[in-house]
Amino acid sequence: MTDRMTDRTSVTTTADQAAVRSRRLRTAFAALGMLPVLVLLAAAFQLINPRFLTGTNLLIVTQQSSINIVLAAGMTFVILTGGIDLSVGSVLAASAMVAVLVSLVPDWGMLGIPAAILVGLGFGAINGLLVAYIRLPPFIVTLGSLTAVRGVARLLGEDTTVFNSDLPFDFIGNGSLLGIPWLVIIALTVVVLSWLVLKRTVLGTWIYAVGGNAEAARLTGIKVPLVLLFVYGVSGLLAGLGGVMSAARLYAANGLQLGQSYELDAIAAVILGGTSFVGGVGSIWGTLIGGLIIAVLSNGLILAGVSDIWQYIIKGLVIIVAVALDRYRLQAGART
Amino acid sequence: MTAAVRVEATQRPVLEMRHISKTFGPIRALQDVSLTVNAGELHALMGENGAGKSTLMKVLSGAYRPDPGGEILIDGAPVASGDPIKARAQGIAVIYQELSLAPNLTVAQNIFLGNEPRRFGVVDRDQCNRRARQIIERLGVAFSARSLVSSLSLGERQLVEIARALSTSARIIVMDEPTTSLTSRETERLFEVIATLKAQGIAIIYISHRMEEVYQLADRVSVLRDSGYVGTLERADLNASRLVSMMVGRDLSAFYRKDHRPPDSKRQVALSVRGMSDGRLLKNCSFDLHHGEVLALAGLVGSGRTELARLIFGADRRSAGELELDGKPLAIASPREALEAGIAYLTEDRKELGLFLDMSISDNINMGVLARDARAGGFRDFAAADRRAAKAVAELSIRARSAQANAGSLSGGNQQKVLLARLLETEPKVVILDEPTRGVDVGAKSEIYRLIDNLAGRGIAILMISSELPEVIGVADRVLVMRGGAIAGEVTASAGEPLRQEAIMELATGAAQK
Repeated sequence: MTDRMTDRTSVTTTADQAAVRSRRLRTAFAALGMLPVLVLLAAAFQLINPRFLTGTNLLIVTQQSSINIVLAAGMTFVILTGGIDLSVGSVLAASAMVAVLVSLVPDWGMLGIPAAILVGLGFGAINGLLVAYIRLPPFIVTLGSLTAVRGVARLLGEDTTVFNSDLPFDFIGNGSLLGIPWLVIIALTVVVLSWLVLKRTVLGTWIYAVGGNAEAARLTGIKVPLVLLFVYGVSGLLAGLGGVMSAARLYAANGLQLGQSYELDAIAAVILGGTSFVGGVGSIWGTLIGGLIIAVLSNGLILAGVSDIWQYIIKGLVIIVAVALDRYRLQAGART
Repeated sequence: MTAAVRVEATQRPVLEMRHISKTFGPIRALQDVSLTVNAGELHALMGENGAGKSTLMKVLSGAYRPDPGGEILIDGAPVASGDPIKARAQGIAVIYQELSLAPNLTVAQNIFLGNEPRRFGVVDRDQCNRRARQIIERLGVAFSARSLVSSLSLGERQLVEIARALSTSARIIVMDEPTTSLTSRETERLFEVIATLKAQGIAIIYISHRMEEVYQLADRVSVLRDSGYVGTLERADLNASRLVSMMVGRDLSAFYRKDHRPPDSKRQVALSVRGMSDGRLLKNCSFDLHHGEVLALAGLVGSGRTELARLIFGADRRSAGELELDGKPLAIASPREALEAGIAYLTEDRKELGLFLDMSISDNINMGVLARDARAGGFRDFAAADRRAAKAVAELSIRARSAQANAGSLSGGNQQKVLLARLLETEPKVVILDEPTRGVDVGAKSEIYRLIDNLAGRGIAILMISSELPEVIGVADRVLVMRGGAIAGEVTASAGEPLRQEAIMELATGAAQK
């Protein structure tokens, strides 16, 4: 009798343990997100070309991804609310123009940094005001500013490339601290700060709430327009920072070409990172991994000797397949 | 001779529904309902909200398949059930409350939507317009087949729906509360069209809560209650009190709260509502809500109860009206200001308007007090959030794996408790509950009733909207009844005599005016 009892208890315990284990596995897998894809890609490229996983090359990869990750961090805020910011490439160009132009002012050249960031913030705030208070669709507002701000960027340099070979803040683009490029340090700082805001502050929780259910958020007393203004402001500000990084790297800026289609890479990084396009679900760590996947693909395909045309095709397909896999994974572990 | 022929024509059953039952899992939505409808007859279908009228009509239209044993006959021949396309081909057309027209297409295009006359594989626009014109003429209405639907009034759009039904040679037309959003002139127009249709031998099943309309139009009235068939009255036997008692007559179940607090003049007014209007539906609504009182807002669907609640809560803009809370005037322009003043609102649509399904139970409970709990710099106080969540989960017995589980993973009853917990965390003085037990299992229901009782005991003023009369009777101290966007009257329990369902139903349907 006692034996049977113990027996049954132990059976349930094993079953429970199995359930707990599978749940843990699933949670861990959900937390990991696209990390396995990044690791697999890196391993594959390493097999093709052993130069891939060298310290120098990895520094190049992270450096190349840094500007996109900064833009994608801002994009994460916007997409979490269910919106989109198509203007970041143009805002980056305009900010870079301002950064270089201000850097040419004798003795006050360092002011190029705050000036560019403020310009970015200004454009972001205009987007935000139109979306939050005039209630225009984000896609349309930022599609408009994509074009208009591009025009502003060209206007700033009278449609020429502006140079400053003696850029006072060129260390940002080409210097390192303890062997780590400043570009990488900035990108990581942006990611960590974004995480703090999104996961540790009241505002961050409100951002998720607005994206998850805007009307419920309003009925709960959340100032939805203010939250929207904030996320578009952040996206603009980070695009301005991206402009500084870009100008510092090139010692120059061109209103016509700089930042063309950067918004697409930023969106791709956010989506690859598992952030839901309808808002309310996602994380900044996912975006970091998404940005790295895109950089690894570009760099790895070059090292593998794949032609430029095929790089485009493969990059596009990887994005689609990765997101499809992600959907499948999330469905398997969906609300139970 | 002619008269005899006419009688024979109207007595011919065109539709017979026999022993129709429908279950959804454990829920019985229809139980052995039979209904016979004659050609050229207007057959009214009445019953409380949730009595089974809509389900029965969905079975008829083929949207639902009835449980085995039930059958539908048209002209005495059985019809394949559960197939909307076949049902339409058999001459059954349903005009829903939410009109299903494409506003950017013309009247003619809408009439033939999905059923376009073709020539050489392309839509034959001339034939389309010509046939549409014929149908419109048959209805005797004033708009052109080429008008854009977006340029028509709601009443005219309804006539387009009817025209669409006629285009498929419908012989049985179901109208579900067709006059809800019509002006009185449009209503008259519709009634003329209905007379024309009847003269052409078309049978009409007319769902309505409005006594006046039923009196004016119906040849016969059938009543459903609690998913079952109660009976049918001939036109000659129509009688308001009889209809009402057929609709409500059932016993109060035991699980409501017992200790009714009769109105008490000593009790302080918490919320005073004066002259609330929204410029659309609501007209000049005024009432007082006292501390410690449960005031029910009863009325039929569409009578403006939720609209009034949202207006008080600042969720919608009002065109006129004033609020006073504890004797002080309140200017509320948003839900945030209402919450700050101490007025909380539980939505009737918890998934669309209440919950954040992808966020944790804890976040959902804390959402209204995040700013209040925040640390310096706007950082969240997770310890406080965990404390609040744990307390709420225990007090309301929310059954969940953990407070960190997604709100979307909970059952309806537990989701409702999460919303109630969020509302209580804001420490309101006035609580508006909109259908607090909708879609909630019996266990959670009685827990919610106990909570309401408890809150009232603590002096909180409660305004409860409910479509379930037994719930209204069982829970409320006093009942306001709304009809057509206005407060139609008040039902109060007098000494020794409980609230009467009949009195509420009479006010809600307008039968009291007769």
